[in-house]
Amino acid sequence: MSAPHDLPGREEIEAALRGHQADYAELRLETGESTRLIYRGRELEDIGKASSQGGCARALVRGAWGFISFNDLRDLRDKVALAARQASLVGREESRLAPIPAAVDDVPARVVQDPAGVPLAEKKRLLDEYNEIIWATPKVQTSNITYSEGRRQVVFASSGGSYIQQGRLDLSARIAVVARDGSEVQQAGVSIGSHGDYSFIQGLHQEVKGLAQRAVDMLAAPHLTGGEHTLICDPVLAGVFVHEAFGHLSESDFVYENQQMKEIMVLGRRFGGKHLNIVDGAALPNLRGSYKYDDEGTPAQKTYLIREGILVGRLHSRETAAKMGEKPTGNARAINYHFPPIVRMTNTIIEPGEAKLEDMLAGVKDGVYAKNWYGGMTSMEMFTFSAGEAYRIRNGKIAELLRPVVLTGNVFTTMEHIDAIGNDLDVNEGGGCGKGMQMPLPVSNGSPHIRIRQCLIGGKAP
Amino acid sequence: MTPAALLEQARRVAQAAEIYAYSNLETSASFEANRLKQLNTRQTQGFSLRLIVDGRIGFANASGTGGQGLVEAALETAPFGNRAHFQLPPAQAHPRVSTWDSKVEKFTVEAMAALGQSMVDQVRQHSPEVMVDAGIIKNAATIELLNTAGLRARYRKTTFSLYLEGTLIRGTDMLFVGDGESACRLIPDGRQVVEATILQLERAKRQAPAPKGKVPVLFSPRGVAAALVMPLMSAFNGRTVLQGASPLGHRLGERVFDRRLSLWDDATVAHRPGSRPWDEEGVPSQRTPLIQDGVVANFIYDLQTAGQARAKSTGNASRMGGGLLPTPNASALVIAPGKVTTAQMLKGIKEGLLVERLIGAGQGNILGGDFGGNVLLGYRVEGGQVVGRVKDTMISGNVYEALKEMAALGDQPEWVGGMLHTPPILCHSVSVSSKG
Repeated sequence: MSAPHDLPGREEIEAALRGHQADYAELRLETGESTRLIYRGRELEDIGKASSQGGCARALVRGAWGFISFNDLRDLRDKVALAARQASLVGREESRLAPIPAAVDDVPARVVQDPAGVPLAEKKRLLDEYNEIIWATPKVQTSNITYSEGRRQVVFASSGGSYIQQGRLDLSARIAVVARDGSEVQQAGVSIGSHGDYSFIQGLHQEVKGLAQRAVDMLAAPHLTGGEHTLICDPVLAGVFVHEAFGHLSESDFVYENQQMKEIMVLGRRFGGKHLNIVDGAALPNLRGSYKYDDEGTPAQKTYLIREGILVGRLHSRETAAKMGEKPTGNARAINYHFPPIVRMTNTIIEPGEAKLEDMLAGVKDGVYAKNWYGGMTSMEMFTFSAGEAYRIRNGKIAELLRPVVLTGNVFTTMEHIDAIGNDLDVNEGGGCGKGMQMPLPVSNGSPHIRIRQCLIGGKAP
Repeated sequence: MTPAALLEQARRVAQAAEIYAYSNLETSASFEANRLKQLNTRQTQGFSLRLIVDGRIGFANASGTGGQGLVEAALETAPFGNRAHFQLPPAQAHPRVSTWDSKVEKFTVEAMAALGQSMVDQVRQHSPEVMVDAGIIKNAATIELLNTAGLRARYRKTTFSLYLEGTLIRGTDMLFVGDGESACRLIPDGRQVVEATILQLERAKRQAPAPKGKVPVLFSPRGVAAALVMPLMSAFNGRTVLQGASPLGHRLGERVFDRRLSLWDDATVAHRPGSRPWDEEGVPSQRTPLIQDGVVANFIYDLQTAGQARAKSTGNASRMGGGLLPTPNASALVIAPGKVTTAQMLKGIKEGLLVERLIGAGQGNILGGDFGGNVLLGYRVEGGQVVGRVKDTMISGNVYEALKEMAALGDQPEWVGGMLHTPPILCHSVSVSSKG
């Protein structure tokens, strides 16, 4: 197997890793290129191309890490040595990494429809069409459209004998409409993405038309009074909910060195009803969070986090797995070569239940139906997530459009308050997750419709 | 390739061209679970090329590839690019701004490790059960700008940052405290960050029920940064104004805010992380009043948005680290202090909230001026006293209502994260909702 064009060869990379005073060492080298188109208003404001080449070395000595990232790919051996030296300045304990099989593999990028085969002029023409639809809508003030495609080739090699090349083609877009009436300004948007298939951006004309009209309709929509409400989330918003409400708490780097946190997150603890099943895994195929090996060379898996309402698993790197006496799950990810891998989600999903949306609605006299997402954030215990659109539910029927709402919850009570899980799983691929300085990392979130009782929603006081 | 060679190559095929070259050397010491866990070194270098062909802008960025293919990539994008509404600036006089401290460069990793550990230990001395993460980060950057109008400029900048993040868990109750500080010069001790963290721990010792309905809310400097700044900066951004999406777009010269409120952007303040002698397309830095005694005074522009708006660049071009076309962004924001002490402000609150940190503050209708979110760290104020930390609580408001008539403006400004200098602000009435 040879290294990708422009990167040092396998022999050079493997030689650079040999003979250091380190318990473990790795190199990750990367080449990439990306294209973006950004419309602000009618004009294509920013069109640009970027190319990048760089790498990083990481070493573990007596339980501590040294990490070096660089653009200059010469003298790799010296860089590994510097990482080892930094780690040895810090290390005072025993190094512990969960064992994984050494893998030698070459994994080409998943490409269904290649954007490289679509001329720039054609991409612009398609986005122009969407923009025209938006601008043809009365009361629309402006639009923001962002499209980006990125192609990467990553070589990972470790002192444990792994040598893995992986390619990746990641696509994402956001279309947002701003409507205005006097001093009232409202915004509606949609975020989408794909792992390797350019067709994700095609054929959205009807959706864009609906989006533009919704932004305008929001101008006249009433505010919801803040407080506790019964909430039904569509699959897209419920996906963001599971990511924020529970996913981040499953990342073991928040847990592995914190005794109190270990007690809270003890396997076997009940978090929800018997109908609640949550999984995460890069082995779920063809989604934005899918890959064959993580950035430590651990094979991707599918991990149950909650099974029948009970905490049964969590997400690990090799280090967190070793320190908690569990198995690595293939969730160590780095956004690029400037960063060391940390524990991240991949594709996080609430598995479908049996409820039908009509039945879920029928049980609600007065509540909120929220769709689509705008953002989400968590502090582990408390989290917020915001809906792109919200409607009042009256007597079991979806009624008038509301102003957008921001929802909040507490992981220890809100999960228990999920009282119905639908049968209509859908996965959203528009997400980019942020943790530390590393964002946006491609992930996907999925869920069927869910109903949450007593969900706290922000809003004006009566 | 050198920046000069790249510029020469671009000059041959474009009406105008500009090379922005950057290099960074960042070193950080990260503490996890009360002890040093990782030392990082990050070397970054790259070039951005902006060129104008047939009146349209092309752009490409390259890091680590030595600049090969950069001119071709930018040329490929130019036919689709936006029309250029500006001329690249020639060499010109710019203010002297202090952005370099050789003490930062010389500060060793051993010293960083010792500084971080002492911060961690001080917090643990106060509250032994707190788990502390911390970081000390230093960076040395060189920024170079060359264009076909004759500009050849270069400056160096050091930054030094430290942060503390403490977690205290009791049962299923989690408390998050912490603070950070950042400057272009060495911060020799972590006293301010440690003291702020300890004050948070003291105030959060007890829990208290959140007030409900519309109540007075006191935003600490951190609270001002978390809640109020984002919607304001969206409205003052010349790009938002150009798009007609700023609620302030047509209100230049009008009194929109409380008379006591003055806000300006100033890239010439010494030693702030956003300080610089010229902006990221070579326009000299300046102090730009945004709100003057409550009156909307200016918007911030880069060259392109200024050209489109028939205004003048305010020297606010930012490239977000190098890889993007310039866009207008604030550098260092300053809110003029008022005359009321924090103690006096608290004293005047019968029942209200003191807000320090929020989560989800960027998720509402920022464009329309809304602010809000879950109160990650905030306290109930009762009878003029901070009585305990609130939980499961959301605030919700709009900057144009909240800042139209302020209840009080504090007299003690602080730098928050090095980017905003603000006193505490007391608002008359903000909506608060909570569980139960």
